[in-house]
Formats: sequence, C-alpha cells, structure tokens
Amino acid sequence: MPVEFRKDLFADERDDNLAEIGKPHIRQDILGHVTGRSPYYDDHLFDGLLHLRCVRAPYHHARVRSVDASAAERVPGVVRIIRPSDVPQNLNTLLALLNFGRDDEPLLTPEKTGYRGEPILAVVATSEAAARDAVAQVKVDWEELPHVLDVEEALKPGAPIVNTTYPNNTFDYHDRYDHQKLRFGDTEAAFAQADHIVEGEYQMSPIEQAPIETCGAIASPETNDRFVCYTSTQALFFSVAVSAKQTALPSSRLHFIGGTVGGGFGGKVDSHHEPLAILGAMLTGHPVKYQWDRAEEMQVGAPRSGERWRIKDGVMRDGRIIAREFTGFFDAGAYTRLTSYGVQKCTGHLPGPYTIPNVASNTYCVYTNRTPSTAMRGFGITGVDFSIECQMDRVAEAVGMDPIELRILNAYRDGDMKAHRRTAKNCALIESCQVVAQKSGWALSPDAMAQSSRVGGGAGWRAEIPETVIDHAGQIGERRRNWIDTEPFAGATQRDRIAAGTANEHPATGNAPQRDDMVIEAERLGFKVSDGPPAGAPSYGTRATAPTPPAAPSFTPPQTPTPPVGAPVPYPNAGPSLPPAARGAPAASPPVSAAPPTPPSPTTPSPQPAPTVSTTPPSAPAGSQDQAPRAPRRPGVSRFISGPRGRR
Amino acid sequence: MKIPVTFTLNGTEAAAFTDPGQNLLDLLRRNLGDLTPKFGCGQGTCGTCTVLIDGEPHLSCLILAEAAQGREIETTAGLANGPDLHPLQTAFMEGFAAQCGYCTPGMLMVAKALLDRNPSPTRDEVIEAISGNLCRCTGYEPIVEAILTAARAPRHATGRTA
Repeated sequence: MPVEFRKDLFADERDDNLAEIGKPHIRQDILGHVTGRSPYYDDHLFDGLLHLRCVRAPYHHARVRSVDASAAERVPGVVRIIRPSDVPQNLNTLLALLNFGRDDEPLLTPEKTGYRGEPILAVVATSEAAARDAVAQVKVDWEELPHVLDVEEALKPGAPIVNTTYPNNTFDYHDRYDHQKLRFGDTEAAFAQADHIVEGEYQMSPIEQAPIETCGAIASPETNDRFVCYTSTQALFFSVAVSAKQTALPSSRLHFIGGTVGGGFGGKVDSHHEPLAILGAMLTGHPVKYQWDRAEEMQVGAPRSGERWRIKDGVMRDGRIIAREFTGFFDAGAYTRLTSYGVQKCTGHLPGPYTIPNVASNTYCVYTNRTPSTAMRGFGITGVDFSIECQMDRVAEAVGMDPIELRILNAYRDGDMKAHRRTAKNCALIESCQVVAQKSGWALSPDAMAQSSRVGGGAGWRAEIPETVIDHAGQIGERRRNWIDTEPFAGATQRDRIAAGTANEHPATGNAPQRDDMVIEAERLGFKVSDGPPAGAPSYGTRATAPTPPAAPSFTPPQTPTPPVGAPVPYPNAGPSLPPAARGAPAASPPVSAAPPTPPSPTTPSPQPAPTVSTTPPSAPAGSQDQAPRAPRRPGVSRFISGPRGRR
Repeated sequence: MKIPVTFTLNGTEAAAFTDPGQNLLDLLRRNLGDLTPKFGCGQGTCGTCTVLIDGEPHLSCLILAEAAQGREIETTAGLANGPDLHPLQTAFMEGFAAQCGYCTPGMLMVAKALLDRNPSPTRDEVIEAISGNLCRCTGYEPIVEAILTAARAPRHATGRTA
C-alpha cells in the first residue's frame, strides 16, 4: 500500500515528492560548526571580564533571617555584591509579556525561597575562583520551612504555601479558576452505559534539557550608553523584554546578540542570566559573565514539568470508547515560568487523536518546592500522550482487542468534531497505524487495513457538539478552604453540576473577553447560552466593572440540575437513525436562528452593560450588530485560523 | 604568581603566563584566543573540551595549563589546511553530523586521534572512540557515519574548500 501523505493544506506550497526526507542536507551554519568558529555567547573575549556567581538556598523551602556578606566582601578579587534591593524590578514572570499571569518570581530572592538552589545574592569578582570563594563566605541565617514536593499533597488544605503570589498552590486561570477545564457531552451518563470502565494512573518525572552548552550571558557597557549582551538564549526578544523590565532600562539601550545556541531544547527560554549580567555591568562598569556550571544547569535549570495523570475510560464491548475523563497535575515547581501555558496547551490536546463523544478533564498547574519547570520539546503534550497511549493499550486488553486496531477504530477521521470544538482535518492516524503495522510485520485484519481517515468521519454524532454538562467546582481558594476532590464533576451533585441544555447563567463564566473574536459562540459550546448582554453586547469591556457582580461561590443554578438519565448517549450506531441536533446541521442555517435565544432568567442577576462607554451607536440592537460581521458561523469554522481566509 | 608555559599549538609555538590552578581549556580560550575547544561541564564528562596532546585525546578542562609545557597541542582550529577542510570536517558537513555544533570540536578531535592511529576503523571502534563525548541533539548515528566516511576517503585527499 503506498504511503499517503496528507498534503491538502500545503498542496500549493511545495512539491509532493518529499525527496528530501532521509537524505543529508548541508546546513547553512555547518561550516562554522566543523571549523569551531560558530560564535556561541562565551566565544566573545573581553578585557577585564568579571564573573558573577550566586548564593543559593540549600533547602527546599526556607526563610532568610539575615545575610552577612562582610567576609565575602573582603575576599580578594570581589568587586561587588548584588543584593535583592539592587534589582530595580525584582519580581517578574516570563508570560507577563503576554499579559498572562502575575509577576511571581524574584531575580534575587529577598526573604522566602521556594526551591533548592534559588538565588538570593550575587557576587561579582575578577575571577570565577574568587567569586566561588566569596559565595562560600556569605553567612546566611536560614530558617528551614516545611516543604511539599508532591502535586497532590500541595493541593491539600494546610499544605505549605509555596509561592505567596499564588497562595492556593495553583496557578489562577483568569483570576478565577484553579485549573483548566474541558467539558464535552456527559461523561457520567456515558460511563453508566459503558460495558467496561478502564482506569489508569500515569506519571512522568521532570526532565532536564541538559544542553552541552550551559546557560549564560555576558553583558558589557558599550561606548554609546548602551549595554551589549551576548547570550545563549533561545528567545532573544523574551530576553530583551525581561531584561529591560528588570533592569528598568529602555530596550533601546540594550544591544542583544544571540542566535548561536549550544543546544536549547526549551531550557534557554527563561531569561535569568541576561538581566543579572546586565545589572552586574551597570553596577561595576565592567563586562560581566554569568555562566552556570554543570551542577547548576542540572539542579537549578528549569526542567520539563513532572506530570501525573488519571484517566478513566468508558468502553463498549466492541472497543469503542464512549467517554474519557482526565485528572492531570503539572508540577510547576516553585514558580510559574511556562507551566501555566503548558497546561492550557495540554487541555487543547485532549483527549488525544481519538473521536470520543463525551470528554471531561480537570488539569492543574500546581506549585511545589521543586525546581521551577518550563519549556521542553513539546511540553504540555508529551506526558499526556504517553499516558493516553498506555491507556489505549489497557483498553485493548480490557476488551480483548488488537491494540492497533483499537486505535484505528477510535481514531479521528476527517470531519469529526473534536472535544475542543474544532473539526478534525487532514487526519492521518489510521494511515500511520497501518504503515507502522506493515513495517513491523504486525498483522491487521483486512477490515482495519481497509479503513481510511477520509471515510466515515464527519457524519451524524461524529460531527456534532453534544449537549454538554458542566460544573463550576474549583474556583480559586475552594480547594484549600474545604477539601474537594480534583476529578471532573467530583461532588457535583452538591456542587452545581449544571445539566445539559440548561442555560449557562453562572456568573463565573461571565469573564469579559479581551477581543471580539473571543466572544462566546453559542453554537460551539454545547450548552445553550442566554441571549442577554453576555452573548452579544459590544460593551464587553465594561462588564468587568459592572456595579453588582454577584458573589461567585453562593450561586445555585436556575434550574434543578437533573442529569438526563434516559437521554441517549451519542453512541456510534452512526447511521442516519440518530437525529442530528437542531443546531448541528452544519451547512445551512445562519447562527442567529441556530441558537434560539433564551430570555435572561429573572432569578439570575445579569450584569447590565454600562451605557456610557460604548463607542458604537447606542441605537443598534445589541444582538444583530454584533452578529453581522461575525457571520457566517458553523461549528468548527473559525474565520481567524482555518479555512480559505488564512490560506490564499 | 604567574607561571610561564610554552608549547606547540597546531604546529606553531605558543607562550603564555598561567595562574596556578588554571586549566588548559581556560588558557587556550582566554590567554591564547583559541575558542574552538568548548566548556561543557568542567568535570570531564561531556568531552567537548577535548584536545590532542602529543596525538592523544585529552580533556582540557581537567588538565592544568602548566602540564602542557613542551607538548604538542592540537585543536579543531588546526584541522583545516588553509581553506582546505580536513576530510573529517567535509564528512561531518556533508553527513549532517552536527546540529547545534557545540559537541563538534570534541568529536572531531577524538575522531582525528582515532584515524591517525587506525586509518580504517570498524564501526565498533568508532563508537568506542567517541564514547567519552556527549551529543545532546542526539546525532550519534550521523557522527559515526561521518567518521567512517572520512576513513574511507582517499588518503591525503583534501576535502571541501571552506
């Protein structure tokens, strides 16, 4: 069978022969590599170069009672001690550049350290040896604090507070939720119908990127009132912005040179060397190098986060997975770095490349007293993919099925609706499975070999967004105040499980979107949205400041949450017998009529748009005015990302 | 206290003043400006600082600079003959045997020591020769292939011109 490449998307972009694959090419930078002339950051020589090294916390969690650096200052060769108070803007978080998360990590920690190796003081000296001597001479009076190293321990009430910016030991998504949530269909109803329930727990340790070139930077005053900085960074513009912020210099005074990286793998995205080296150059007037040694690279360098996953599948006798629930924990370590983003990325990836009609997940970005974790090669995806594929093997075992055929049976096919409400396109899992089986001499049934990603998808229930059950458990602080379980729908009968089809009136979902393309698309949620101001009014920016936002935790749903017990779970009898839900017919009706407006429930205080701020003519009816530029809308079609708009 | 040290570096006489405790890697890079050997670990585990001393591969981060007195040191900077690349360099280039390039100088030096001693090594001998050198981009296979390719190249062939 010829290998089929899914080239639809790139048909007009390059040749279809892929003749390059498997053949060596001459890299444009390789002459420098084989002659040893590629200019890594440390390959720049400076007269009078000073060396910077840090005093680091010896405990997982500790408080600095006092620091005595007088002996260190007397070590021959020591030029300057840099203290936390010397850093113009000490607190930072990388993704603050994208307005995502709070500044939670000091460059030099003044008081409480959250992980072993956290820097509290920097020494600048004329030689590396002198800097090491001086670091050893700094006397710190440490008060060791109780620490927590396990993600689930950290979520319990009474666990030590790792990061005072996030006192619940979880990243606060949208300042409202302690986790990322995915809800699609009704997993609980489907579990009740499944022939088998298959559960598994999986875990992945943190992984250090371990580049052969350790992280570092050299900064030096230039003659034009700027500072030049040679750096190993993988993300030069992150580094410029972070350095400008923490040194309080305009970025026009920073001259960054990077681009030759001795191995990165994600570990050189966080920028801690550049601001400290520049600060050293500012305070001493000399070139300063801040280079990690190997021990620092391994102990202090931010790894890929450890992850723990629990997966629960509802499976029919024939191997069809009808429901899948995830509970996931990402170990951020003591500070956020990029883990908050990894969790989001991961949630968008669930439930793996399989068409499953009922999916629910709760995924947590948890702080523990371990080394902060960050980017590494597919972070957010790799750990859960490992878990999902292990789980698929367990499912195959439970139903007595060939593991590859099980994957082919459940694989995404073109046109299928994914749990995150996008249509699957250019699927190739089935073909990949067939090629793998073929190449490894694994016999597949003729039926499995005949399957195709292009056939059988996108019809009936496979193309539908099912009526979706939601819950609002897990708002900030809830978990710490009164212990509630971490699984999706845990304790949901008491804790506002909101049945499929009921209006989504919970105030917590009323976050004001930042841009108009983030306005709720009712037809892509799976539950009906009231037609009040939240759905269409152009005055979103004012909603956040509406005078009487109801207190979140005291909410009771407007209708009695009765899970649709008898309701048919969209199980793949596939054929035309399953009536498509009214709004799901993809082609025809415009979205205005597709989502029948529900009058705002009188029991729920719906925030009133402030009348003054809107820049649009007040006479325009809210709904129609907003809808006009946003049509046409179909499930799975975004005017921003996919489709002809983006391609031609 | 400065200690004078003289040796041959890539066929040329070199002299420098070293400090007690300074290692050969630092002397080559800072004092003599030969930046081809790299710092990777300072502990003798990664191999990227490898230089040849009297034809044998040594980890320059673990050798005191004073110990180079009177020896013949070779580094990657001396591999090419003017614009003509060494066959190993050509093979690494054409065989995609480097990604980030940071382990490459060390790999080239152990490979040169091997081919100087054993012009037609077996695959196992190549693997043994580079066993002290780490590549984190995980390009070992192309590196082994490139060394075998260079060994098969005609003797004294000049490689690609830089």
